[in-house]
Amino acid sequence: MTQWFADKVLHLPTLASKNGAAIDELMVYIHVLMLALFVGWILYFGYALYRFSQSRNAKANYHGVRSHASNYLELAVAAIEAVLLIGIAVPIWARAVDKFPAADESTVIQIVAQQYAWNVRYPGHDGIFGRQDMKFVTSENVFGVDPTDAHGKDDIQVLNEVHAIVNKPVIIYLSSKDVIHSFRVLPMRICQDAIPGLRIPVWFTPTKTGKYQINCAQLCGPGHASMSGGFLFVEDEVDFQKWIGSKSGTSASFE
Amino acid sequence: METIVHEFPPYREHETAPEPEAHGHHADIGFWRKYIFSSDHKIIGIQYGFTALCFMLFGFFLMLMMRWQIAHPGAPVPVVGPLLAKLLGQPAAGGIMSPELYNSFGAMHGTIMVFLAIVPLAFAAFGNYVVPLMIGAPDMAFPRVNMASYQAYVLGGVVMLVSFFIPGGAAQAGWTSYSPLATSIPTDGQLFWILGMVLLITSSLLGAVNFIATIIQLRAPGMTWMRLPFFVWAQFVTAFLLLLAFPPLEAAAIMQLMDNAAHTSFFLPTGLAVGGQLAHISGGGSPLLWQHLFWFLGHPEVYVLILPGMGIVCEIIANNTRKPIWGYKSLVYSVLVVGFLSFIVWAHHMYLTGMGTKIATFFQATTMMISIPSVIILTCLFISLWGGSIRFNTPMLFALGFLPMFGIGGLTGLPLGLAPTDIPLHDTYYVIAHFHYVVAPGTIFALFAGIYYWFPKMTGRKMNEFWGRVHFWGSLVFMNLVFMPMFTQGMEGMLRRMADGGANYSAARVPGALNTLPNDIMALHTWILWAAIALGLAQVPFIINLFWSIHHGEKVQNDNPWEATTLEWQAPTPPPHGNFAEPPQIYRGPYEYSVPGHATDFTPQNEPDRPGSPALAPAH
Amino acid sequence: MEIPYAVYPRPDTGIYNAKVGIWLFLASEVMLFGALFSAYVLLRVGAPTGEWPHGWLNVTLGTVNTLVLALSAITTLLAWVACKTRQFDKFKIFHACTLMLALTFLCIKACEYHDKWIHYEIQLTDGRIADGHLRGSDANSVTIEGRYVTDEKDLYDLRAQKEIKSGEITIPRSQIKSMENYGPWHNTYLALYFTLTGLHALHILGGSIVIGYLWGPGRKLWKTDPEHFTNRIEVSGLFWHFVDLVWIFLFPVLYLT
Ligand code: HEA
Ligand code: HEA
Ligand code: CUA
Ligand SMILES: [Cu+2]
Repeated sequence: MTQWFADKVLHLPTLASKNGAAIDELMVYIHVLMLALFVGWILYFGYALYRFSQSRNAKANYHGVRSHASNYLELAVAAIEAVLLIGIAVPIWARAVDKFPAADESTVIQIVAQQYAWNVRYPGHDGIFGRQDMKFVTSENVFGVDPTDAHGKDDIQVLNEVHAIVNKPVIIYLSSKDVIHSFRVLPMRICQDAIPGLRIPVWFTPTKTGKYQINCAQLCGPGHASMSGGFLFVEDEVDFQKWIGSKSGTSASFE
Repeated sequence: METIVHEFPPYREHETAPEPEAHGHHADIGFWRKYIFSSDHKIIGIQYGFTALCFMLFGFFLMLMMRWQIAHPGAPVPVVGPLLAKLLGQPAAGGIMSPELYNSFGAMHGTIMVFLAIVPLAFAAFGNYVVPLMIGAPDMAFPRVNMASYQAYVLGGVVMLVSFFIPGGAAQAGWTSYSPLATSIPTDGQLFWILGMVLLITSSLLGAVNFIATIIQLRAPGMTWMRLPFFVWAQFVTAFLLLLAFPPLEAAAIMQLMDNAAHTSFFLPTGLAVGGQLAHISGGGSPLLWQHLFWFLGHPEVYVLILPGMGIVCEIIANNTRKPIWGYKSLVYSVLVVGFLSFIVWAHHMYLTGMGTKIATFFQATTMMISIPSVIILTCLFISLWGGSIRFNTPMLFALGFLPMFGIGGLTGLPLGLAPTDIPLHDTYYVIAHFHYVVAPGTIFALFAGIYYWFPKMTGRKMNEFWGRVHFWGSLVFMNLVFMPMFTQGMEGMLRRMADGGANYSAARVPGALNTLPNDIMALHTWILWAAIALGLAQVPFIINLFWSIHHGEKVQNDNPWEATTLEWQAPTPPPHGNFAEPPQIYRGPYEYSVPGHATDFTPQNEPDRPGSPALAPAH
Repeated sequence: MEIPYAVYPRPDTGIYNAKVGIWLFLASEVMLFGALFSAYVLLRVGAPTGEWPHGWLNVTLGTVNTLVLALSAITTLLAWVACKTRQFDKFKIFHACTLMLALTFLCIKACEYHDKWIHYEIQLTDGRIADGHLRGSDANSVTIEGRYVTDEKDLYDLRAQKEIKSGEITIPRSQIKSMENYGPWHNTYLALYFTLTGLHALHILGGSIVIGYLWGPGRKLWKTDPEHFTNRIEVSGLFWHFVDLVWIFLFPVLYLT
């Protein structure tokens, strides 16, 4: 039923992540509520206009409706909204921003957005990012990696391609170099502003392998509409490692 | 209350010279003092109205060009293309709309529609013309301040318009002007935008002070708070929203001005690199600070856009159902609650800026709460229809059209108000559709209704009914054809502010990916374009009707052609300078229609009680 | 046609129009400065530890200015009382005092601004920083009254460092990497300082103009309608007290903390 409503009525876009299911459910419930209110009121509206037009009802009734049924309707709306909020919305949000998966069981990635592309950085084989500091930031070294730090040596930095392992959580530390962008992969049901000066983590668990488009959802200048070069590749373990292998060594070095 | 009557100063001029307007010819005071630099609230109201309508038309034309670009990215704009190229030069080279130009048109469409069209029309124009009449006042409390407010508004508008023609063109960072983008774009457009905004804010503040003072001080004897027409209440709350929400934006504007002109870093963090180079700034600022200050205005502002409309609709529904409004008191309390709550929901525009659970919960809760009074308001208006004897004239058609249109817009606010469902919807056309349903077929319809309704009081003639109906049905159909498809587009992931209409994300461009905009979604662009053009054409009968009727409309038989109860209809037509011949005395609530045992089906607020008439029945 | 209650209060609200107007206006002013103060709080809390300046402003001058405004608040009050009791000569004196005090405040503020304007932080090629007030400069050298520091952090908290020994330093331009004066662009603190005090100074200026007008050409009204004139004094007084109040907040926030 819920599924049917989601597909046939709302035409929700493809879902390819664990965390997205709950969001889609909420989307369905709230729209059912809206639809109920809309249809209900429209029917009443239509009838009232027909029944009480001057031609059918020459003399208006000073008192109009005497019953207070509408109060119950309003209370009902309030109650349902409260349930959706406390029962569903808040828990989902809490999970999204508080309950991060353990780093060692997830693919950890750093992304720094810029006009008009995504810089992506992986910790490499040692699984540890090189030390980073504001004072190292230059127009090339957007992550401010400390050139002297050993951990940094095997880090992998690429442009516009994010690789992830299917069914394994992905944690992305998101920031921006110039203006505000927004990292959006609809099938993963994630969208997070990339804000200069801030480093905001966001996570999701992809469930379908494939190539997904990364959208920039925040106006970031004339190139905003064409900031479409970025892709998310969800692969199985093997392909992912193959890709990492092909990249390691090519890490952007700043010394 | 009676005591006040004696202390009420006389309305007549002290010197015995009769009012020139009262005699239909303006002899002694010249054209300029009368029509351009007038301090008469009615003239100022009309000035505001006309200017705002022109801006609305302009804002619409901007949007038409954008819709063309969305449907046919990179194709020269037909008809006006060459003109654009000549006027704007580089950004419109070859009549083709560059992304820069698209962005500045988008930003200016938003700015113009909100601050130069709807607010001046809904709040300033109707408020100025109608409120003093409705409360039985001779004029605004501060007529000269009122004139200054209009002049500041015009000046602000001029600054905004001029900014189109400066090198690099007008502001390009959206009507929300988020920093750092607003500071990093290399044109002075943003400076003009800020200066224009400061002028418009000043104008609104002067207006707000004036309205509140007028409503508190100049109510005619007997016009108690609970006898005020709902429209006056709506304007009262609106004025408070403007008064208290605008200053923070002014503060933000000042700081962004400093960022742009004095190279401070209020909104610019450390280590910012613009255009590849590390920016030479001190840093240490916060981009989110701007967003908080902007939306602290931004959300109350959206209720500024709707409340006057609700007020207008309420008046017209009462008048044309020929019965009292159902639940007048709950309407009043609801509008007060909305006013208050609208100050604590702003961050629902910022869910995706990395918001923690606590704060997100707070703002989701307040956002859900604020929807309840709106539900109550609409419910009252819906139920008021029951038992009425409904007259379907043009004002009523538009007022009735408002209800479901606002309903759709409002309801679609709910999924946006819940943070999790906002994730897939944020910055998509779903949002665009949401708020256009409230402001375009919503507020604009209410404003049309108001124009048709009060036109006879302003001119002594009615606007043409037939063309009014044509205007209504045309607008209703095409508004929906324009905005309904946007919900689908948004759901499917079509993002807003796309200079190419999302072509870069479409299935056509990126075959491989699993989430691309389907062709049928992209195809909707063409439909929307034609619907928007048709929507524009649907306004032609209105524009002609409006001007034609001033001199050729059907003359009204008396001062009260709609047989209304509220005070403005008891004044002479058009009301002279000073409005009422002698101070009106109010005896009852605003909506005493079809009072049992009363001769006519309407009992004006100032009709003295006759023995046997249940006139003093409290307002509902 | 005349507007009701322009001069005498409306019985049921007990207040005349202009007074309602000014209170509403002040409410919006509260929101304006409120927003700026919250910006101050947010930016200060967000600043990296140890990088917020202390003791950069001259507390003595600040205190004097505070007293000046406090005094002016009293004189405005007395001026209004004088009007109420119909002693026009007294009014003229007190009102003149207010005006003088207002101008005094602006002068002192101008000096403080100038002091920051000629205060330079000079990055040297050898990595050191020279910091002090510009005394003179020519084609190939710059002379300041100040000191050398090795770490920029040493420039932040001047209150902590007991006595700062500074002297005349002359630096050849060849050694100068970059130099920047203490304008709003220098750092967030100064940006806030100039914006907040600047906006406040504009309010003082506006107030002075009104006061000056009422003292000069505006006083004609006294002859024809003293009550109305008294109202104007009261209303302008209310505004003036608000402006003083803002300073009472600005002073500790910028000078003392
Ligand atoms: C007049 C203007 C107006 C009004 C009234 C509203 C009303 C509401 N808005 Fe809207 N909103 C905007 C103008 C408005 N909004 C604008 C301009 C934006 C975009 C700004 C930008 O980013 O550029 C926006 C964006 C916006 C967002 C941010 C979306 C995003 O950027 O991700 C959110 C999120 O919470 C939101 C929520 C709401 C809610 C909950 C209401 C509630 O108040 C709605 C309450 C009303 C109801 C619940 C309807 C009740 C009616 C019935 C029950 C009867 C139904 C009957 C029939 C239909 C016949 N709005
Ligand atoms: C009150 C506000 C308001 C109003 C009324 C409108 C009205 C309309 N808007 Fe607007 N819009 C905004 C506020 C408004 N908009 C804002 C804030 C944005 C976001 C900007 C941003 O991204 O920063 C936006 C963005 C926006 C977009 C998204 C652009 C993008 O994201 O790239 C689109 C797309 O279709 C659009 C379309 C329209 C249309 C077709 C109308 C139509 O409904 C217009 C209807 C009007 C008419 C048909 C004119 C009628 C004229 C008269 C009656 C005058 C008569 C004249 C005389 C008598 C002299 N608007
Ligand atoms: Cu990056 Cu939009
Ligand atoms: Cu909002």
